[in-house]
Amino acid sequence: MSERLVLQGVHTHIGRYHILQGVDFDAPAGRTTMLLGRNGAGKTTCLRTIMGLWRASGGAINLGDAAITALPASAVARAGVAYVPETMAVFSDLSVKENLLLAAREGPLDDSRLQWIFGFFPALKKFWLSRAGSLSGGQKQMVSIARALVEPRRLLLIDEPTKGLAPAIIGGLIECLREIKRSGVTILLVEQNFRVARELGDLVRVMDNGRIVHAGAMADLAADEGLQGRLLGLSLDSHQ
Amino acid sequence: MSATDVGAALPRARAELLPALTPLIVAAIAAPLIGSWSTFATLTLAGLAMGMMIFTMASGLTLAFGMMDVLNFGHGAFISLGAYVATLAFLPLAAWSQANSLALNLGVFGLALVAAVVVCGAFGYVFERVLIVPVYGQHLKQILVTIGGSIVAEQLLYALFGPEQIPISPPATFRGSFVLGDAAIEKYRVVAFVVGLGVFLAQMVVLNRTRIGLLIRAGVENREMVEALGYRIDRLFVGVFMAGSALAGLGGVLWALYRGQVQASMGGELLVLCFIVIIIGGLGSVGGCFTGAILVALIANYAGFLAPKLALVSNILLMVVVLLWRPRGLYPVTGR
Repeated sequence: MSERLVLQGVHTHIGRYHILQGVDFDAPAGRTTMLLGRNGAGKTTCLRTIMGLWRASGGAINLGDAAITALPASAVARAGVAYVPETMAVFSDLSVKENLLLAAREGPLDDSRLQWIFGFFPALKKFWLSRAGSLSGGQKQMVSIARALVEPRRLLLIDEPTKGLAPAIIGGLIECLREIKRSGVTILLVEQNFRVARELGDLVRVMDNGRIVHAGAMADLAADEGLQGRLLGLSLDSHQ
Repeated sequence: MSATDVGAALPRARAELLPALTPLIVAAIAAPLIGSWSTFATLTLAGLAMGMMIFTMASGLTLAFGMMDVLNFGHGAFISLGAYVATLAFLPLAAWSQANSLALNLGVFGLALVAAVVVCGAFGYVFERVLIVPVYGQHLKQILVTIGGSIVAEQLLYALFGPEQIPISPPATFRGSFVLGDAAIEKYRVVAFVVGLGVFLAQMVVLNRTRIGLLIRAGVENREMVEALGYRIDRLFVGVFMAGSALAGLGGVLWALYRGQVQASMGGELLVLCFIVIIIGGLGSVGGCFTGAILVALIANYAGFLAPKLALVSNILLMVVVLLWRPRGLYPVTGR
């Protein structure tokens, strides 16, 4: 069910700014690809362009055999792409149940899938009828990820899921994402926390100034501190 | 997810009952000042009926603004259009309207309401496609374009129906009053109250019990995420705009029958009141709009009796007080 994502020479302009300047990379089917880079490198714009929330001004985006470059976000979603934005974007005035109901486009919530999700996020079961706006940051992140999982998808785009979360919660979230990864879905994950990236990523693509400057195996980058320093301007110790 | 987070206590939901109770508080303060129970009851029911009519007109505006972020200064044109459609519906059915038969009277009244809803909904579709679509996300242009649209619509109504006020009366059995205790209650006000309450309840059911309502509530908060979940937000926008225009037309019919006259400028005059109500209620909130409309109407009626000069500015004073208390309105919508 999962598909390979391929970007070829993708450009994105936002107003007069040229953010993506010819992005080329692929995210193989069933694997977790980390998209890393310094702040402002264009990672979030890249995810939003794939999702159709920003219109690519050039290049091609393909999911499996389907070209999704010119599609609006609703059509990209219907093509099987789920998006977990950096801001989580849970509907605060809706209950947890309503947030998930809305994400289940194909019909009523599938009970077995819901139990699978509750296995990752027991808190959602506990606060099922609570307003999403009254939840903690970690719980909102659970809602946001659960919304992406409520029906089978071909590709998950996840933007900085650990941002602003307490370390104790991040550990649980890594476990959850690892479990989702085992389900075989293709994942493209933007993450600033290198420890998380190292734990979850099979492959890594590094962006800088709107271009891909490195592509390879995550394990290779994790093992090469010099490369990390050059590409990301970090030392692994500072991110342990 | 970690056990520590699973058990995390939920912050207690903020009590939101107080804004809904404000009309009761206002009534409780006004009652001893008015003194006479019968006068108080008459004024209160008149206020409730007026509030329901204003709510019917304003709820479409608040939904369109809340969800589509559209400042529609042309909303008043649909109020006027609905009123004119009612006169056209009443004209060939004058015999039904004059007959002393509740069934015939309800027939002509219902027909006028349905005709106004259909015509205004259809014109709403055209208005959205032609005028609103090119200016999504551009507030200044929206204001200019929709004001322009409303001027054109008003002049077209003048051209078609003439500049004179057209008299219109409620059907025979809705006229006159009945006495409840010592209070004289106008029958039509009860009818307007029932229709307005029905509109409110229907909106609540749609918003809270249907998938389309869920989408609207989510769209008011975050349109982009609704689209990212796979829904065509543009279609939802058209639907909401048509519904808002239809509600304006429905309110126009109720208001015209209440005032006993129709004129092209009535929509523009009522639009100011609609904006005050949706600002007081919280932009995008139907519940807030309902409370705000009742509050505005009750205070206008009480002030008109207690201090007629104050009634001229009561709406503005109320808005100032509410915004000082709750700067985003009685029921602010998250994300607005």
